[in-house]
Amino acid sequence: MTYVRQNDFGTPASLSEETVTLTIDGRAVSVPKGTTVMRAAAEIGTAIPKLCASDNLKAFGSCRLCLVEIDGARGTPASCTTPVAGGMVVHTETPRLQKLRRGVMELYISDHPLDCLTCSANNDCELQDQAAAVGLRDVRYGYEGENHLALDLDTSNPYFDFDPSKCIACSRCVRACDEVQGTFALTIEGRGFESKVSAGLGSDDFLGSECVSCGACVQACPTATLQEKSVKEIGLPDRSVVTTCAYCGVGCTFRAEMRGEQLVRMVPWKDGKANRGHSCVKGRFAWGYAQHADRILKPMIRASINDPWREVEWDEAFAYAASELKRIAATYGDKALGGITSSRCTNEETFLVQKLVRAGFGNNNVDTCARVCHSPTGYGLKTTFGTSAGTQDFDSVEQSDVMLVIGANPTDGHPVFASRMKRRLRQGAKLIVIDPRRTDLVRSPHIEAEHHLPLRPGTNVAVLTAMAHTIVTEGLADEAFIRERCDWDEYQDWAAFVSDAKNSPETLAPVTGVDPAELRAAARLYATGGNAAIYYGLGVTEHSQGSSTVMAIANLAMATGNIGRPGVGVNPLRGQNNVQGACDMGSFPHELSGYRHISDAAARKLFEDDWGVHLDPEPGLRIPNMLDAAVDGVFKALYVQGEDILQSDPDTKHVAAGLAAMECVIVHDLFLNETANYAHIFLPGSTFLEKDGTFTNAERRIQPVRKVMSPLNGLSDWEVTQRLAQAMGLDWNYTHPAEIMDEIARLTPSFAGVSFDRLDAEGSMQWPVNDAAPDGTPVMHIDGFVRGRGKFVVTDYVPTDERTGPRFPLLLTTGRILSHYNVGAQTRRTANVAWHPEDLLEIHPSDAENRGLKDGDWVKLASRSGETALRALVTDRVAPGVVYTTFHHPATQANVVTTDYSDWATNCPEYKVTAVQISASNGPTDWQEDYSRQSERARRIEGIAAE
Amino acid sequence: MNSLEKLVYMANQIARNLETEGDKAADTTAAHIVAFWDPRMKSMILSHLDAGGEGLSPAARAALGKVRAAADA
Repeated sequence: MTYVRQNDFGTPASLSEETVTLTIDGRAVSVPKGTTVMRAAAEIGTAIPKLCASDNLKAFGSCRLCLVEIDGARGTPASCTTPVAGGMVVHTETPRLQKLRRGVMELYISDHPLDCLTCSANNDCELQDQAAAVGLRDVRYGYEGENHLALDLDTSNPYFDFDPSKCIACSRCVRACDEVQGTFALTIEGRGFESKVSAGLGSDDFLGSECVSCGACVQACPTATLQEKSVKEIGLPDRSVVTTCAYCGVGCTFRAEMRGEQLVRMVPWKDGKANRGHSCVKGRFAWGYAQHADRILKPMIRASINDPWREVEWDEAFAYAASELKRIAATYGDKALGGITSSRCTNEETFLVQKLVRAGFGNNNVDTCARVCHSPTGYGLKTTFGTSAGTQDFDSVEQSDVMLVIGANPTDGHPVFASRMKRRLRQGAKLIVIDPRRTDLVRSPHIEAEHHLPLRPGTNVAVLTAMAHTIVTEGLADEAFIRERCDWDEYQDWAAFVSDAKNSPETLAPVTGVDPAELRAAARLYATGGNAAIYYGLGVTEHSQGSSTVMAIANLAMATGNIGRPGVGVNPLRGQNNVQGACDMGSFPHELSGYRHISDAAARKLFEDDWGVHLDPEPGLRIPNMLDAAVDGVFKALYVQGEDILQSDPDTKHVAAGLAAMECVIVHDLFLNETANYAHIFLPGSTFLEKDGTFTNAERRIQPVRKVMSPLNGLSDWEVTQRLAQAMGLDWNYTHPAEIMDEIARLTPSFAGVSFDRLDAEGSMQWPVNDAAPDGTPVMHIDGFVRGRGKFVVTDYVPTDERTGPRFPLLLTTGRILSHYNVGAQTRRTANVAWHPEDLLEIHPSDAENRGLKDGDWVKLASRSGETALRALVTDRVAPGVVYTTFHHPATQANVVTTDYSDWATNCPEYKVTAVQISASNGPTDWQEDYSRQSERARRIEGIAAE
Repeated sequence: MNSLEKLVYMANQIARNLETEGDKAADTTAAHIVAFWDPRMKSMILSHLDAGGEGLSPAARAALGKVRAAADA
């Protein structure tokens, strides 16, 4: 089968609503005003030859292939830079044009290797295609002249090669890096014949440059100059399947390009409504884990965590798991069992796990990893607006005049959306960043935040209240909006509270560490700068006042009328791919799908009638409560799908103690993760490439996940859960995930109109999708809040009990980095380790100097919970008194240091504030070495020698 | 902290953050605990309250009194 590229219209679409009619090669065509002649021609299927044009880039007009003739116009203008006009008559193929194009193509080919048959882009090369299109038959200049054929190949990037000998200097890669990604890493170096693409300075290779490996340049390249190594190794794909990325909450749509059952590459899909054809290094390239040798493909069991694993057949694994769960229920009672759903798994899989717990285990002891990330979002937005989700679609940012980014680092955590933010900022939107660190958004090429408020960790509520103080006391609140849309009495209570002098920026400055004048200026900009949108992340939620901070954000949006239309809103940037979906699907112990409380008898009856069971009306245990109950000896069995709580959850020693106290831990995962060290049953999982289902991204967009290869373990994850349920005696007979979605739609009002058929037809839908919103809901709360009137909540600043002192004088905050994802289970098994082989501790130069530490030194990081050692990175990116690290590597186990303090409303851990001390170290701590030995021992498999 | 100490801490923390509710603070705190705590946690904290409630703040104590009253009703 021949490789088929996604259609390229040459130049971006015009958004004009005015239509222009012209004639191209004798055919009338009507297009929006502002459309180029090239795109108008493409709209009617006429492919004007081109090399430097692509419909995701601004027209450049350099290759001179796309020339056309226009009646009444002089010369042969480039169709990519010529806008249509009413009555225009265009000719795309004339003897004059053909001669010109052949002449241009001759020049290109005279300096290009003639190795088409052995070239990795053979049959996927626009230069090759255009040479054929213009009818090139010979090159009059010969091939012996001065050329670029001897330039060196750059193979430094782990995922793609740069072969300058094949470059035609069309600048598409440079423009993609600038316009699409916004990194500005590439340039055209030199002039005239010496012009060449360069990754930064002449001495830089791609790996050593500012390049973030998003792949935009590779996608843009019309030749084999920038080429995926996988294509070089495997060959061109021969089929493709459109599916959704399984990394962050942006939810990029990709074309999984296959050769047989082998994935060749992931190419961002231009029609994807979340990513609009862009990608990042994780989704584009870091999929090698899917076929990594570490994957466990056979079920395994063991009586004790001190035993080696024993591989068994599926039937034995399910029978053993069911017998253990039944034994424990009979011995300790139904409430001794529980389950954890995964934000990495599909909606359908998540729904089944919570159903298994509620209908099979007979309790509500089900929780999800959103407990440790965005549970405060659910609480805070439901309280204030009435629904537990962000208010906007990603396209909304195109209409924002001001962006307030708080506690989020989108260029690392949500890079594809960050590129869209940066594009809007380059167009003139203003930026406010509230973050203890100087994140890349604060200052990067062509981007500079208007205001950066580098607050002390743990003082979000104080800063937001001080902003509210400024807005209210300076008369900047939108009273008309508040009177129309919100509870006026509650607003007045709130306004009186924030107006109190104790909440002024000046009074709170000693607490927050923020310059009051800068804070006031930021507040004024947010309130008066036009459409203002708030984007936030885990730097908001993972605090003892996480829920209060979310409500403080909602207060600000309501007070300024920045809610209920495009360009504004409150936007939680979700961490994992399906955090939103896992929450929607009833993964919390107090809620059924669609956020209906378990005590709601009417909602419960719907499920009871459908499932034919009685449901417990009492809320179940949250993850930290499960672990506490396990330590108390009353919680004995846990089914964990697709999460690694031992590495991701706080206070590692306590998590380990809880797991060790259980009699049956079932881990359902791709790899023997850290939690599996304490497991008795291992059920192999399947990757997103191996199953059908849906993910819901941060903009509530439900998107299809489609099977592109057979599960290596033989079963998709939903089938594993179903088999376990059947072994427990439940009469489940789903034959396809579409049937699970039908059940979800039947039982969940906000999903009532969702089905696989509609998703296949429409690509994606944003909930609510129901009779009131049959086509979905890109922007929420347009005509009123879901709860009726918006609720202002007084959010008094309550300092965390985690305090610095003589023993632990520094504040640790944790986060993630671009190249890794969450606990790193996937990305550590890819070449992404080239960028981040280990967790590092960022420390300010003055704090480092006070301790006699240098860049690269081993340091001990100690808190009242525990200690670990890692290498130091001395940088002024963090403020004095603050240190920062990531949690991607189990060798570090950064969470051995984090504490059991958590959000008051949801128990979301306070990862972002831990009092610590840093000191010199000569290597890993004793705890790390013990942990490493224990992990190695726990991973033994009978009959399989350790490597 | 052991499990009971954590529950005391949590109850105090919830009550402290809901203090701004004024006259409604005890009711709101009680409703929060009823809505989000599992039966064993509620039972443990109420037993602790019945035994004198050492470590509970006045606000938490007032709220748990309402939880107790509702449980007994």
